[in-house]
Amino acid sequence: MIDTLKRKGGCSSCGGVDDDSRLLGGSVILTKLEAINNWGRKYSFFQYPFVTACCGMEFMSVCGPKYDLDRFGAALPRFSPRQADLLMVVGTISHKQAPILVKVYNQMAEPKWVFAFGVCAVSGGFYDNYATVQGIDTLIPVDIYVPGCPPRPEMVIDGLIKLQQKVMESRWSDYPKGASPVSNDK
Amino acid sequence: MEANITINKLKARFAESIVDAHSYRGDDTAIVKKEELLDIFIFLRDDKELLYNFMMDLTVVDYLGKEPRFEVVYHLYSLAYNRRVRIKTRVSESECSVDSIVSIWPSANWFEREAFDLYGIVFKGHPNLSRILLYDSFQGHPLRKDYPIKKRQPQIGPNNN
Repeated sequence: MIDTLKRKGGCSSCGGVDDDSRLLGGSVILTKLEAINNWGRKYSFFQYPFVTACCGMEFMSVCGPKYDLDRFGAALPRFSPRQADLLMVVGTISHKQAPILVKVYNQMAEPKWVFAFGVCAVSGGFYDNYATVQGIDTLIPVDIYVPGCPPRPEMVIDGLIKLQQKVMESRWSDYPKGASPVSNDK
Repeated sequence: MEANITINKLKARFAESIVDAHSYRGDDTAIVKKEELLDIFIFLRDDKELLYNFMMDLTVVDYLGKEPRFEVVYHLYSLAYNRRVRIKTRVSESECSVDSIVSIWPSANWFEREAFDLYGIVFKGHPNLSRILLYDSFQGHPLRKDYPIKKRQPQIGPNNN
């Protein structure tokens, strides 16, 4: 009986679920609430697209039918940060936009993640000048860095899958992460 | 010579104020004293044979190390005669100001704000001389040649200089 279940394959993506925990012919699954919650979250990103520059074209491509972020449950953009949990920072951030980005980040509810899309968001890129923020991690915490000018869609998908792994490993005790680490006064 | 009518008329009318003038491959340029700037511009705009009614561009050049350091450059166009002229005036770093021409061509308003923003030239008589591209707490004028290339603004982070 156990062997039969193992051949069918366990729900490995469900974290705490393994074959031995299946009871009554697979109609009952034992898992941890935390694990099943993370499993749900990682396939249901609601992204806020903070799109400022040419990377936006690549972002449209990766969201579109050809590369299709919806396969990973991360397609639906919310244009209010209060309804989003994944902040996609796509493009160059200027000094003048910095307080706006921080405000958007602060308006998002926990749990939330930040995706630095493209080398300008990662480090400022080649814009080392008076107007450009040298990487958004000088302003807000960043979970995933995807460099490239612009990044290939495969890189974005790879970054998203790595973010999913990160979400899977997160613990409830991480949320909320406390008071916002950044303020508009910076 | 038809091509030089602007330069000739300027020289005839403002002989004392024209520092230098030349016409290179059809590009008329006059370098004028900044004290007479407004009178010269009103003449260029209103003279029946010139009618420079379009202020196309206003910019500044920083000749760091030279005195006077800055050069304010005006590009004018006459729609009536299909003519262009370039007027330059030199501004020293210590004085760093020139008369605003918004009263002559209203389109100069944002150009002068941009020149003030990036070079720190003060345009006297401008109705609202405030920063236009950068934010109010920005320190310095970044297109000046002596603006530190690695300078960090207080809004963004510590100064790495």
